[in-house]
Amino acid sequence: MKPVNALLLGLAIASACGAMAGCVTINIYFPAAAAEKAADRIIDEVWQLGERPGASGEKPGTK
Amino acid sequence: MHARRAPFWSGVIALILLAAPGGAALAQADLDIATPAVRSLTASMQHRHAQLAPYYASGGVGVTRDGLVALRDPAAVPLAQRAQANALVGAENQDRVALYREIARANGRPEWEADIRAKFGERWVAKAQAGWWVQDATGAWRKK
Repeated sequence: MKPVNALLLGLAIASACGAMAGCVTINIYFPAAAAEKAADRIIDEVWQLGERPGASGEKPGTK
Repeated sequence: MHARRAPFWSGVIALILLAAPGGAALAQADLDIATPAVRSLTASMQHRHAQLAPYYASGGVGVTRDGLVALRDPAAVPLAQRAQANALVGAENQDRVALYREIARANGRPEWEADIRAKFGERWVAKAQAGWWVQDATGAWRKK
């Protein structure tokens, strides 16, 4: 009974560590989609593209 | 022994259940761009854009692929305005470098500055108006 308990305890600790390590790893990656969204919002504000939806120039083929 | 183990196991399970979605949610969250420094830099650049716009249109100033602007063709800027155009480009680039650094700092990841700058570089080029000059991936200038 005791070795089984020790094994279960070991597994639990290992999976808990794994779960936490996973979180840390996820956060190290650069969030490219979030950065693109942030960039688009700031660029729209600086170039005032929101007020002229037709003149955003986002598609090179439109003109 | 059995009576004491149950809370331990539920604690372990709760930890795993709480930790995993928390990390995922954090990774998908938006970047914080609402800090006073980001707002003030954005406002400063927006204000300057009215002066820079004619230079983008004439091709004197171009949008670089590394998230900045450059005096691409000095000949396209009348001599009398060249100093002003240079000053505008310098001030704009100062704001942009500060903006990328500030977004990285505001999100607790100063090491993301280069990635943020690269992403902005890509988006400035994508959103540049038709007729403006932008740098492609090889650094060559092309007219949109």
